[in-house]
Amino acid sequence: MEAEHSDLHAGVRAGLPLVVPTLAVGISFGVLAQPVMGSVAPIVMSVIVFAGSAQFAALSVLASGGGAAAAIVAGLLMNTRFLPMGFGVAPVLKGGPLRRAAEGQAVVDASFALGSLGEGRFDRGLLLGSVIPQAACWMGGTAIGAIGGSALSEPERFGIDAIFPAFFLALLVNEARGGRAMGVAIAGGLVTLALLPFVPAGLAVIAAFSVTLIGLRRR
Amino acid sequence: MSEVWITIAVLCVGTVAIKSAGPLALGGKAPNDRALGVLALVAPALLSALVVYETVGGEGGGLEVDERLAGVGAAAACLAAKLPLGVVVIAAAAVTAGARALTG
Repeated sequence: MEAEHSDLHAGVRAGLPLVVPTLAVGISFGVLAQPVMGSVAPIVMSVIVFAGSAQFAALSVLASGGGAAAAIVAGLLMNTRFLPMGFGVAPVLKGGPLRRAAEGQAVVDASFALGSLGEGRFDRGLLLGSVIPQAACWMGGTAIGAIGGSALSEPERFGIDAIFPAFFLALLVNEARGGRAMGVAIAGGLVTLALLPFVPAGLAVIAAFSVTLIGLRRR
Repeated sequence: MSEVWITIAVLCVGTVAIKSAGPLALGGKAPNDRALGVLALVAPALLSALVVYETVGGEGGGLEVDERLAGVGAAAACLAAKLPLGVVVIAAAAVTAGARALTG
């Protein structure tokens, strides 16, 4: 497969629409985590774990006194989705094993979706570039929230929490061209919706991947 | 080490391992046709699952229907009208905020 080429700048530009919501969600993570973890740990977590939904999942367990083991399971369940995503982007990454693994760390939901060209092809520049503003805002936002407190602790008031699903929906409209992709999108969404009341959120999300097995059938 | 730091350390190692698996296992090779058939569907399945989870997922898990649904509905209407991405996300936030102001 021939790698697609956009430069990193194009990727950074593609990631800019998420600067404000990522900053806002980062701040709210810092604000919520500070009473549970102190001021330093949330910032370290955002730097070295760098996975918002997993961090929120682990935080909610720790905040309710669930202990480290349960918090780890909740967080890792959330991040299991990066396994198939990593296989998806692998062909466009460059260099030796160490560099490929390092580039693979750039996979987050938004960078994966922005880098996707459809039909399983990926643009390396969009993938690696779009994660840069996201990372800066996530880590910076966490630091602002954990140290500075609650100036922007209620992003919900401004409807910020609706931006991510709206953004993913817009990317989905681009992605779900063609009958099979559309069918998988609908079925995957229904699987998550059906499971969400009964299982941890991470499990409900990765269960949606089960419908991609239809891809084993030849067209 | 406290519970917090153990959680952070294990999550870090686990997440790096999960994200490294694909790039290390595949190397520079393209997956075969059948694998590609599955991988091509990962993005639509993931995006759809995330739309559902981020729209009606509760804070501590479970289902929670609130004003986000109105905002995402507005986003869907904007997308159906082929409006640009900026308008779509602003409409989602504005409608959600407006609905909260009315109900709260």
